[in-house]
Amino acid sequence: MRRRALPGFGLSLGVTLAYLGLLVVIPLSTVVLKTAELPAGELWATVTSSRALASYALSLGASLVAASIDLVFGLVIAWVLVRYRFPGRRIVDALVDLPFALPTAVAGIALTATWSPHGLFGRVLPLAYSRAGVVVALVFIGLPFAVRSVQPVLEALDPRLEEAAATLGATRVQTFRRVVLPALRPALVTGFALAFARGLGEYGSVVFISGNMPMKTEITPLLIMTKLEQFDYAGATALALVILAASFAILIAVNGLAWRGKKRVRPPAAQVVR
Amino acid sequence: MRRLLIGIALGFMALFVVVPLATVFASAFRDGISAYVHALGDSEARSAIKLTLLVAAIAVPCNVVFGLAAAWAITRFQFPGKRVLVTVIDLPFAVSPVIAGMLFVLLFGARGWFPGSHIVFAVPGIVMVTTFVTVPFVARELIPALEARGPAQELAALTLGASPWQTFWRVTLPNVKLSLVYGAILCTARAVGEFGAVSVVSGHIRGETNTVPLHVEILYNDFHYQAAFAVATVLVWIALATLVIEQALRWRMRRRR
Amino acid sequence: MQVEIEALSKAFGEYPALDAVTLTIPEGELVALLGPSGSGKTTLLRAIAGIEVPEAGRVKFGGIDVTEVPIQRRQIGFVFQDYALFEHMNVGDNIAFGLSVRRAPREEIAARVRELLALIQLDGLAGRMPRELSGGQRQRVALARALAPRPRLLLLDEPFGALDARVRRELRRWLRRLHDELHITSVFVTHDQDEAFAVADRVAVMNQGRVEQVGTPADVRGQPATAFVREFLDVQE
Repeated sequence: MRRRALPGFGLSLGVTLAYLGLLVVIPLSTVVLKTAELPAGELWATVTSSRALASYALSLGASLVAASIDLVFGLVIAWVLVRYRFPGRRIVDALVDLPFALPTAVAGIALTATWSPHGLFGRVLPLAYSRAGVVVALVFIGLPFAVRSVQPVLEALDPRLEEAAATLGATRVQTFRRVVLPALRPALVTGFALAFARGLGEYGSVVFISGNMPMKTEITPLLIMTKLEQFDYAGATALALVILAASFAILIAVNGLAWRGKKRVRPPAAQVVR
Repeated sequence: MRRLLIGIALGFMALFVVVPLATVFASAFRDGISAYVHALGDSEARSAIKLTLLVAAIAVPCNVVFGLAAAWAITRFQFPGKRVLVTVIDLPFAVSPVIAGMLFVLLFGARGWFPGSHIVFAVPGIVMVTTFVTVPFVARELIPALEARGPAQELAALTLGASPWQTFWRVTLPNVKLSLVYGAILCTARAVGEFGAVSVVSGHIRGETNTVPLHVEILYNDFHYQAAFAVATVLVWIALATLVIEQALRWRMRRRR
Repeated sequence: MQVEIEALSKAFGEYPALDAVTLTIPEGELVALLGPSGSGKTTLLRAIAGIEVPEAGRVKFGGIDVTEVPIQRRQIGFVFQDYALFEHMNVGDNIAFGLSVRRAPREEIAARVRELLALIQLDGLAGRMPRELSGGQRQRVALARALAPRPRLLLLDEPFGALDARVRRELRRWLRRLHDELHITSVFVTHDQDEAFAVADRVAVMNQGRVEQVGTPADVRGQPATAFVREFLDVQE
């Protein structure tokens, strides 16, 4: 083995591989191996039981709706933060990260308290203990992903592009639609995908506000939890595999899109925020 | 148009972020300050706080050391499989918390690979699962930071006769100080607040295997709303402190460029 | 201290940066490695330092084989192309670094730093941070830092590359005077033949990983040994 000029290769790589192997790879492999143990018929039955299907529909559906809402409002918030100056801007900017920094259990009880029939908003519109409540929780959770994906790209956007469009006679709306939006597209897609993927696996913030009624407001992670408590490891694993497959698929898709996006729109040294 | 957009943005933030936050405090202090203090001083609450601190005190340093090792290996050397390695580091991010907990139950639970090992439904399991969930945080900050610096300064230190460890302590670390602290703060915040994963492995034994988030859940499910929110404020303070420190660090990192 | 390079080879993937290079650097001389980009001159310099690890061949310092010796034990001074100053330390600490890692006594370090600051004509700037200095000043600090631990070999990688013409010419003269005073065996890399001929005792012209000719400036200019050398010098005229 050739010697390397910089020291520490063996030590650093060794520590890294050992740590990841023990803490990440082995635990994750239990899912794969456990699933391989199960007879295919049983696996299929668990994964497609009506209760499971109802939970997918809820998790998927609610995540999609929430991510879409986050996409729209996330763009507005990012736009407002980057393009306008107003008192309290710094505070709003910091607050965007709150759903990310706040423990999910706290978010869960806070949102439930707000939207339950006794709560401040729940008095008018009691969204808690329903599917709408699940969407509310996921909107809260996904917001930072949507905003923080778009914000750096907006910040790095060359104002000359919009100025050029204006000199060519484009209205503000046209400029936005045909110059700004296309440039933001990869970031918007990434933000959407991250919010969506996060929503699929979300537990803490949803489990309080949803009411957890099987077939109606039971999210898949809760179903997994229930099966574990009943020692139905096989069933839990099967469901987990479905969620993992979906999350990984999204992540791969995001990375793939991010790759292609980079080829068309070069994100400049926009590591300003990080 | 400007006013409209700002209005929408602020309205949305108020609706979805500010009001729930305020609700936590309002509910916590609903019965006055003495009730608030009483809820925090409760012995089970204090055990929960101690356990949470213990878990963070183990998980964060482990992931800091790992983050440094991984970032060094990845940014300073060429070897096959680097992309795979980076992806593996990111995997805990993509795993739902309940599933993360489930993995360790599959390993150490009654019907698992290593039954009877007293790891799940006990403190070691909580520590392990929290460490698992927070693996990526420090490494993800250090990798771009070390990448951006390049090995020139380290090579310079070596030419001047510094030993590898001297180089690491006196040249490498000071240069990535901010990113290291930022990553450690994110890691700590997540370790303290982790709920889903810990919920699965904990066994919910009051006074023994409940972290602060779990304790909040128990209080809430028992209809002790005021106490639940009171204990929750501890977590909110930590989250707000995290935000403030993050902003300060980000501002300083921007200045450096 | 004499430096001997014997049949040194190094490839980056498919690309042969050094092709069995053999060269001797006589004791106390200031030698220039001259050539176009891609000729392997920087790779050779870094291989002498130990920063690049060769696939084949030997490097000897004063007759002793140092090919397997790690960078930090070769007792060299290296000035990087972009200076690689320690940005988080002030000028004084940068210069002192080589001595402080050897745990020299504090007074000795302080005296040496003062001595070098005077030598590079930056007295009183010990407390400044690198980002507060001009390019030429940073260059001189990099040099002082490399000289502080009294290396037996000084290596400079395109030391004046990033500076404007006037500063370059000044520093060139200054480097020559410094060498005349200190007599440390020195090797520097450049693509600028005026620089090479003005400063060096001996010039090695390199091309595609090989040494085309070695000799005093007069020899090389007067009697170019190969077609490449002839063309390279002509083109630059």
